[in-house]
Amino acid sequence: MKSLIKILIVAVMVVSVFSCKNDKVPNYQFFPQMYESAGYETYGGYEVFPGEQSAMIPAEGTIARGHTLFEYVNTNEDYERAKLELMSPLDSTQIDLVKGKELYDIYCGICHGNKGNGQGNLVKREKILGIPNYVDREITEGSIYHTIYYGKNAMGSHANQINEEERWQVVAYVLKLREDL
Amino acid sequence: MQQVTNRNLTTRFLFLGLFFLITIPASLFAQDEDLVKGKALFNTNCAACHSLDKKLTGPALRGVEAKLSDEQGLDRDWIYAWIRNSSAVIKSGDAYAVKIYAEYNNAAMTPLPQLSDEDINNILAYTAQEKAAPVAGSEAITQTDEQSTSGISKELILGALAILFLLLAFGLYLVNKTLRRIAFANNIEVPVSEKTLWQAFVKNQFLILVVSIFFLLASAYFAFGYFMQLGIDQGYQPVQPIHFSHKIHAGDNKIDCKYCHSSARVSKTSGIPSLNVCMNCHKSIFEYNGETTAEYTKEYYDTEINKLYAAVGWDDAEQQYTGETQPVKWVRIHNLPDFVYYNHSQHVSVAGLECQTCHGPIEEMEEVYQYSPLTMVWCLDCHKKTNINTKGNEYYAKIHEQLSKNYGVDNFTVKENGGLECGKCHY
Repeated sequence: MKSLIKILIVAVMVVSVFSCKNDKVPNYQFFPQMYESAGYETYGGYEVFPGEQSAMIPAEGTIARGHTLFEYVNTNEDYERAKLELMSPLDSTQIDLVKGKELYDIYCGICHGNKGNGQGNLVKREKILGIPNYVDREITEGSIYHTIYYGKNAMGSHANQINEEERWQVVAYVLKLREDL
Repeated sequence: MQQVTNRNLTTRFLFLGLFFLITIPASLFAQDEDLVKGKALFNTNCAACHSLDKKLTGPALRGVEAKLSDEQGLDRDWIYAWIRNSSAVIKSGDAYAVKIYAEYNNAAMTPLPQLSDEDINNILAYTAQEKAAPVAGSEAITQTDEQSTSGISKELILGALAILFLLLAFGLYLVNKTLRRIAFANNIEVPVSEKTLWQAFVKNQFLILVVSIFFLLASAYFAFGYFMQLGIDQGYQPVQPIHFSHKIHAGDNKIDCKYCHSSARVSKTSGIPSLNVCMNCHKSIFEYNGETTAEYTKEYYDTEINKLYAAVGWDDAEQQYTGETQPVKWVRIHNLPDFVYYNHSQHVSVAGLECQTCHGPIEEMEEVYQYSPLTMVWCLDCHKKTNINTKGNEYYAKIHEQLSKNYGVDNFTVKENGGLECGKCHY
């Protein structure tokens, strides 16, 4: 009977050691103060920030380094104005259609289709509907840029995913797709 | 003469029957065709802003024609004019047009002059349909039943085996007991060994030495194993505040990783997408319509989408932002120690690696877990065997050529380009 108890104790110990492996919590660390950053990390949560978020929206009225002011606002009037006036700052030597295609396929093709015919994967799977073919829309450089920047109707703004130069590369590629359709 | 007409009566009936046979299904079919055409036209031209039953950028359109004529007294001609050029109708000062334009935040409807009267009639026929009753999801249930049976059978076998062994042990114990009782009853003396097993073991010094060496080695082995896995979080799979399924987004819908993790292209961090990126699609996608299982039902996913709406402050019924937002506290899975520098853009944009190289089959993960160990050995193994693609990099062509010559290799790897230098990642 005594040996039975001993066996049981050993068995319980073995089971408890192996069951300590829990994937829902992080593992122990040797020296946490060497692992954890003393400074604030990107996307960290710290009490010092509003909403405890180190990821903050830029202060209003400021322009981040490398960005420029976009002087059109998000209204129908300015959309029409951009359509008529706004021109790409890229000249023919700066337009990189390979880069444009790469970015277009990531950010636009999922709805607008990699050929621009409005048949992206989300449309084919009937998740998002009503994506027009570029041919059916009167679009210009300026209106495409305005739409990428602010979105239009159900489409949201993509300004935070691609920067100014990349947006113009995508604009150039969209116009090329429209010609090819 | 009468007899003659009567003689043809049966044939006439037959012809009449044939006529109905041909015309009735044909007319039914024609109606269906209208609906199919209407649906296709609706999906390409209207569905970006309108749904049948739900307010989107524009109003819900089920039964719109009946509603307009009942409530506003507007006929089909008004609808034609509105669809082809709504801003002209608004400019003409039509009272209802001005009202609805203001009600939907002055969102101008795209003019659709290419639609013919027939097209619009088809669309209206589609919108006039009654709402179909929901179909019971019996398929999903049967599927999960099949899956669970295989899991049960495995456990059953193991359980049966365990019970069998227990019974065997108990049987042996009983046999031993009965035999002893029989021996006792028959006055047979059972020889009792003088030494117990333990006493014999204690006296045998050689055996003790061997056993203790074995014991020490074994504990050293396990202790080493335990200390080596400290700080390694391979398999770490925390519970996230919103159940975001990478399987549905990256796997089923094939959304590029970089659509949401856009800063992986250009910065050190891969980027946790801000909620406006979610809303690029989820403004339109307010419910889940894909495959479901017993654990992940449609209701489950719909609740998760509503969690997103609550966090970003989106009122789905009114289709506008309330301005009341709250941060989503995602739990970070991949943590490198503070003393290691790692840059996503270097690997994603410069090296052109697929995300899956390090993060594993993300597109199959319902819940993301850490696939790679993220240890230094793991990093260096990859740096040792990964060839650098030098094609199209004319600026460095000369130095690449010299390096290859120096090391005597055709394709030089990250290692030969300084990928094993301590200071590359630790400084």
